[in-house]
Amino acid sequence: MTAGRDTGQGGRRPVLEIRDLGVQVATEEGAKTVLDGLSFDLAPGETLALAGESGSGKSMTALAIMGLLPKPMARISGGSIRLDGQELTGLDETAYRRIRAARVAMIFQEPMTSLNPLMTVERQLCEVLLEHGVCARGAAPARALALLRDVRLTEPERRLRQYPHELSGGMRQRVMIAMALACDPEILIADEPTTALDVTVQAEILDLIRALQDEHGTAVLMITHDMGVVAEMADRVIVLREGREVEAAPVRDLFAAPRTDYARTLLDAVPRLGSAPARPAAADAAAARMVEVEDLCVRFGISGGLLNRTVAHVHAVEGVSFHLRQGETLALVGESGCGKSTIGKALLGLVPWEGTIRVAGRPLRGLSRKAMRPVLRDIQMVFQDPGASLDARMSVGEQVVEPMRVHGLATGSELSDRAEWLFRRVGLSPDMLQRYPHEFSGGQRQRVCIARALSLSPKVIVADESVSALDVSVQAQVLDLLQELQEEDGLSYLFISHDMAVIEQVADRVMVMRLGQVVEEGTRDQVLRDPRHAYTRRLLAAVPVPDPTRGRAPLPPAEDLAEASPIFPVGCAPERLSLTDLAQGHRVAMPSI
Amino acid sequence: MGGYLVRRLFESVLILLGITFVTFILLYLVPADPARQIAGRAATAETVANIRDQLGLNDPLFVQYWRYLSGLAQGDMGRSYLQRAEVSSLIAARLPASLMLMVSAILTELAIGLTIGVVAALRRNRPADHGLMIFSFVAISAPQFVLGILLLYVFAVQLGWFPIGGYGTWAHFVLPSLTLGLLGAGWYSRMMRSSMIEVLNQDLVRTARAKGLSKLRIVTRHVMPNAILPIIAMIGIDIGLFMSGIVVVESVFGWPGIGQLAWQAIQRVDIPVIMGVTMVSATAIVLGNLLADLVAPLIDPRIKTK
Repeated sequence: MTAGRDTGQGGRRPVLEIRDLGVQVATEEGAKTVLDGLSFDLAPGETLALAGESGSGKSMTALAIMGLLPKPMARISGGSIRLDGQELTGLDETAYRRIRAARVAMIFQEPMTSLNPLMTVERQLCEVLLEHGVCARGAAPARALALLRDVRLTEPERRLRQYPHELSGGMRQRVMIAMALACDPEILIADEPTTALDVTVQAEILDLIRALQDEHGTAVLMITHDMGVVAEMADRVIVLREGREVEAAPVRDLFAAPRTDYARTLLDAVPRLGSAPARPAAADAAAARMVEVEDLCVRFGISGGLLNRTVAHVHAVEGVSFHLRQGETLALVGESGCGKSTIGKALLGLVPWEGTIRVAGRPLRGLSRKAMRPVLRDIQMVFQDPGASLDARMSVGEQVVEPMRVHGLATGSELSDRAEWLFRRVGLSPDMLQRYPHEFSGGQRQRVCIARALSLSPKVIVADESVSALDVSVQAQVLDLLQELQEEDGLSYLFISHDMAVIEQVADRVMVMRLGQVVEEGTRDQVLRDPRHAYTRRLLAAVPVPDPTRGRAPLPPAEDLAEASPIFPVGCAPERLSLTDLAQGHRVAMPSI
Repeated sequence: MGGYLVRRLFESVLILLGITFVTFILLYLVPADPARQIAGRAATAETVANIRDQLGLNDPLFVQYWRYLSGLAQGDMGRSYLQRAEVSSLIAARLPASLMLMVSAILTELAIGLTIGVVAALRRNRPADHGLMIFSFVAISAPQFVLGILLLYVFAVQLGWFPIGGYGTWAHFVLPSLTLGLLGAGWYSRMMRSSMIEVLNQDLVRTARAKGLSKLRIVTRHVMPNAILPIIAMIGIDIGLFMSGIVVVESVFGWPGIGQLAWQAIQRVDIPVIMGVTMVSATAIVLGNLLADLVAPLIDPRIKTK
């Protein structure tokens, strides 16, 4: 942990030197150290990744460098941050303002909320140019336009006049990057810049950051939980855990031979596309069909006009058919807005739908809320955010047994016995039953949610991005739990996810969706090893490879995938894709091959 | 946009129609007899019956209602039972004074309320914040007639800074506007404070700070415009609150507006005047809401008028 070890590339003078940095956060129990004794150097043009799971202190490091630690809760408790020899700790606000954006710039995780919704892109860009005196007021709009061209935004003239809500997530992150690079800073701090984006957009943004770095010679401090992103972007890595450095190494060395146990477990937990073991032939073709869906359509109305009538529909799901056998896992994959979550909601009657759905042989068409109840005993859902899907003011034990109460399945001591049994099943201790959700970690909360879903002994579980919000090591444990439950009880899963590597681990069959329709379906190996649709290929190519020696092949161009929207005026409907059978069960939408 | 306006105006007319109906029925059910009020105490039962007949008060409810509506459609709000004048001319004579008082009170409450809200949010959980929130709590809790009399006593009677009552110069506006506006100022300061605190915790403020902007610019350009959005809708609704306040305040300060007109009419069951004032204030509320809905998209590009 000494200086001199990382002299950066070629021994050039580092632009940023951090020594023994500590950050403390005030809590009710007193000061808590969230970052302790962190030291590193950042050389010009180099990319250093700070990697770690939640609570590792990686974001705190970024905020400390920017002088943006939330006051008065957090403060720098010791150490030094030197930018080109200038000490930044203890610098007053006025002096710090001249550093931010001008010399050290930052982009954030949520491009949706990080921009001001009430200001045009042009005003938000000009603001930073003028604040730091990069150019005169009259020259600012032209400069802003040049910046948008720099970040390869399409139709930059039009984008300037648009508001953030008119842009897609990827475009907004490009605007953020343009803003960050407006003053040509020496250092760019990217805090989980692609975590909220779709995988193909992530690939584009990472490519962009790398290209801009080469052009401008900017040093990049990449903060991420995703070892795939680390492998793809970083020259060197520092692995953090609970505020301390665990291991620091050049990226190839770390991935080839991690020296510490923690770094090894972290790397082992990363799902690697193409490395998942073959799935046992679990679902034989004779197993009962637990869910059957034919020609499912879900449309949401958009109203407008003089009489506020429905003028258009969002065709969220359009003519989707599939079935799910007992003991089988069917994965629904696609990017945001493709309709995969809507299908899950339709199965539980949470959105209005058309078509045919049968759960355990029972048709759901036209069932009243009350008649739906017995169906819901067979099909349950586990959501993405376990924090938000638990009631903060009800003990977890109460929440786990509530479904049984509602369905009148058990009373009194039977309920508490059952709750204890469920808790043991999901790997939690029964003496935690009296606690409240905030006393649990994210992974434990998701276990509580799974216990709640299991309380009715369902036959089918819809897992909607159920592991997406979890750290990789926790993610692996929850996936193992789901698998175990499936093997013991013969549960069927409809596994909805955007993460190809996770899907590869759990799925028997995969359905790829785009704009509400299925573009390709088949067994896991058919779809992931031998993708036939251009969209599937693009999705797979965009997944970062957690191996710095291999590198990701460049993304295939998106040109043959027409830019399209699922919104159509009343009376119009999207053209239905017809699926062509290639091999046993491998079906792909024509003509896009 | 044009289509939206037409639809909203059409809806407004429907709302006003509903209000005439409800008010008419309520007044019909009131046990007091306007004819007896007109005739005076000494009148015989025969005189009273004659007056009832003349005014058409013996007709069935729906006939009376229809007569009123058809008059209204032609711009005729009827004649006052007690004052020898058309209701429309009575209202027209007094409306400007009330409208000016209302505008001045809205400006007062916004100026005081928003300033307090912004300052309290920026100094949150510090002594200044606590002090300001106590003030706003008092402003909300104080009954307007008490507040009005208190202000009158201190600033007009004792200190003599402002006139005791009446209408004419800017000095006449100060105390009535304060009395009317303080209640709203209390509400707005609390709403603006919590709205500001919410926005201050949003990512966009972190971005603004990362851009190296000055604190003043961050607060005025990024935080305040976002924080004021939920307040705009409230201002439209607020005009309704003013209408009830205006009756009290105009009485306390002897302000020659429609509040006083309404007060006299209610005491003496002057039904056409009560209906007229109700219609005017209902129109003001409906238009206020419409205005708020039209202003909101000018500030927030995400709202589409459709």
